[in-house]
Amino acid sequence: MQQSRTYRISFILIGLALLCSWILNLSSGSVQIPFEETVSILFGGIPKVEAWSYIVWNYRLPKSFTAILVGGGLSLSGLLMQTLFRNPLAGPFVLGISSGASLGAALLLMGMTLITGMASFSFLGDVSLALAASIGSFLVLAVVMIVAQRVKDTMALLIIGLMFGSITSAIVSVLAYFSSAESLQRFIFWSFGSVGNLTPNQILLLAGIVMIGLLLSILSLKPLNAFLLGEHYAQSLGVSLKKSRLVIIIATGLLAGGITAFAGPIAFVGLAVPHLTRQIFDTMEHKVLIPAVFLYGAILMLLCDTLAQWPNSASVLPINAITSLVGAPVVIWLLVRKRKMLF
Amino acid sequence: MEKGVQKSLSTHDLAIGYGKNVVGQHINFELHLGTLCAIVGVNGIGKSTLLRTMGRFQTQLSGNIQLNGKELDQYSPLERSKNLSVVLTEQPASQNLTVLEIIALGRQPYTNWLGTLSAEDEKHIHFALDAFLLNDLKHRKCHELSDGQLQRVLIARAMAQDTPIILLDEPTTHLDLYHKVQILKMLQQLAHDQQKTVLFTTHEIELAIQLCDKILILDGNENPFGDPCELIEQKHFEKLFPSEMVAFDAKTGSFKVSK
Repeated sequence: MQQSRTYRISFILIGLALLCSWILNLSSGSVQIPFEETVSILFGGIPKVEAWSYIVWNYRLPKSFTAILVGGGLSLSGLLMQTLFRNPLAGPFVLGISSGASLGAALLLMGMTLITGMASFSFLGDVSLALAASIGSFLVLAVVMIVAQRVKDTMALLIIGLMFGSITSAIVSVLAYFSSAESLQRFIFWSFGSVGNLTPNQILLLAGIVMIGLLLSILSLKPLNAFLLGEHYAQSLGVSLKKSRLVIIIATGLLAGGITAFAGPIAFVGLAVPHLTRQIFDTMEHKVLIPAVFLYGAILMLLCDTLAQWPNSASVLPINAITSLVGAPVVIWLLVRKRKMLF
Repeated sequence: MEKGVQKSLSTHDLAIGYGKNVVGQHINFELHLGTLCAIVGVNGIGKSTLLRTMGRFQTQLSGNIQLNGKELDQYSPLERSKNLSVVLTEQPASQNLTVLEIIALGRQPYTNWLGTLSAEDEKHIHFALDAFLLNDLKHRKCHELSDGQLQRVLIARAMAQDTPIILLDEPTTHLDLYHKVQILKMLQQLAHDQQKTVLFTTHEIELAIQLCDKILILDGNENPFGDPCELIEQKHFEKLFPSEMVAFDAKTGSFKVSK
C-alpha cells in the first residue's frame, strides 16, 4: 500500500513522548524522586538519597518495562482484532478475549489449588499461568471468529462478546465460591490488574510473548493490509485466507492472553489506542500503524501507571480502574464523533 | 499469434449454485484477450453466482473453467492473483482507505513480504490513476467519494493488478446514465487498448449491445453466447422478458414497454 506521507516527524514526536512519560513514570510513586535525579540515576549517577537508586533500579524500572510491554502489546492486539473483524469496536476486552484469559487464569489459580491444595509460585507456575490464560483467550477468540462468520452485524458481535464476559465471570464466581480464601485473594488481586510485582523471569517471559506477537504481526503485514478491502478482495490478491487468519489469531491470542496472565485483565487500552493513534497517524497502512500503535499504547500505559501511583501516597490504585476511567470516555467521545470511528 | 497459444478464458458445461441448489447449468463460452463481454439475464438467474464462481469465491457444481488451457483450480492463489482480478459489489471494508492506498493494494501480488512498491509498481499505479481520471482524487478517503468515483477507483485497482482477465460484478448499478456510459466506455478501452479480457454482469442490456464485443445471456437452459448482432438476429433478446410486458426492437436494439 502506498503511503501518502512518511510520518517521520510524528514518529520522532511519539518517540520523545515515550521517553518523557517513561522518565515521569520512573520518578513518580510513593517516594517522589525529582525528574533530574531520575535521569542521573539512569546514567549511573549517585543520588542524594541512596535508597532512590535501589527503588529505581529494582522496582520502578522493571515495572516500567512491564507497563511498556503491556500497553504496547494490548494495543497491538486491539489493532489486529479491528482489522481481522473489520470492526472499529473490536478489542481484547470488548470481545471477551480478556474474559477468556481470566477464566483460564481463574481455573489455574483457584481450580488447581482446589485439586492439589497448593499454590505454586515457581517459574513453571508462571509458564502455566501464561499458557492457561492464552488458551482461554484462544478459545474465546476462535468461538467469536466462528460466530463472526455467521453474523455480519457489528453490534451482534459485540453483544456476543459481552455474553462471553458474563459466562466467564459466572464460572469464575462459582470457582470463587468453592476456593480457599488464600487463592481467592490471589485471584482478586490479579483481577485488579498490576504492572508491578513481576519477577525478572516473568518480565522476560512476557517480553518473549510480546515479541512473538509483534513478529507474527509484522509477518502478516501484507494480509492485514489486504483485509482492509474485505476478505474477497484479499483472496483475489493471492492472500491465503485460512493461513493468514490463523497467524493473526495466534498473534492476538498470545498478546492478549500472555499480557492478561501477568498483568491481569486491563480494560479499554486495546480498543481505544488504535483509534487514538489514527488521530495522529491518519493512515490505514499497517507498516505505519503497528509501530505507532505499539508506542502509543506504551505511552498510555506508562501514564496510567503514573496516575495509579498519584499523589505521593503509599497505596497504589488498581491499574484496571485507571485505564477504564481514561479509556471509556475516549470510546464514548469517538462514538459521538462517528466519522472518526469509521474503520 | 497461434490460436493455441493465445490467452483465453473458457467454461465447459459449467454448472453453478450452492450445494444442492443449482442456479445455472450448461454454461459454455470462450473469451480471448481484448474482448469486452457482458453477462446479462433476469434477476436471480445466476449472473453474480457465475462471476463469483469464476473468481473462485465459490466452487462450481460440475464442469470446468479453463484459463490458457489449464484448469483455474490448478493455479496457486498467487498465480491466480496475477491472472485474474475482480471488482465486486461490496464496498472496501475500511472506509478510511485513500484512493491511492486502494489502488496500490492492487500491486500486492508483485510486492515483497513487506509490500514495498518498486518503480514498476509505481508505474502501474500512476498509469491506473491517469486512465481513470483519479489524479485529483488520489488523497481522498473512500467515504468521501461518490458512487461513480468509487467504482472508478475499484476498477483502477483491478487494472493496477495487471491481470489479463478482469471480472466485474454489476459495475454500473447505482449510477446515472452518464456515469454508466463513462464506466462502460472505460471498460471498453481497457479491453481494447490494454488487450485484456473484461467480463462483467449488468442489467444495461441496451448499452451492452452497443459497446460489448460478446454477450452471454443467462436464460436457465441454453445460455446463448455470441456477438450482440448475432444474438439479435437469432432473436435471443426477445425471449429474455415476458413479451406482454417488455418487447425488444431488433432495429434499434432497445426494449420498449408493451402497451
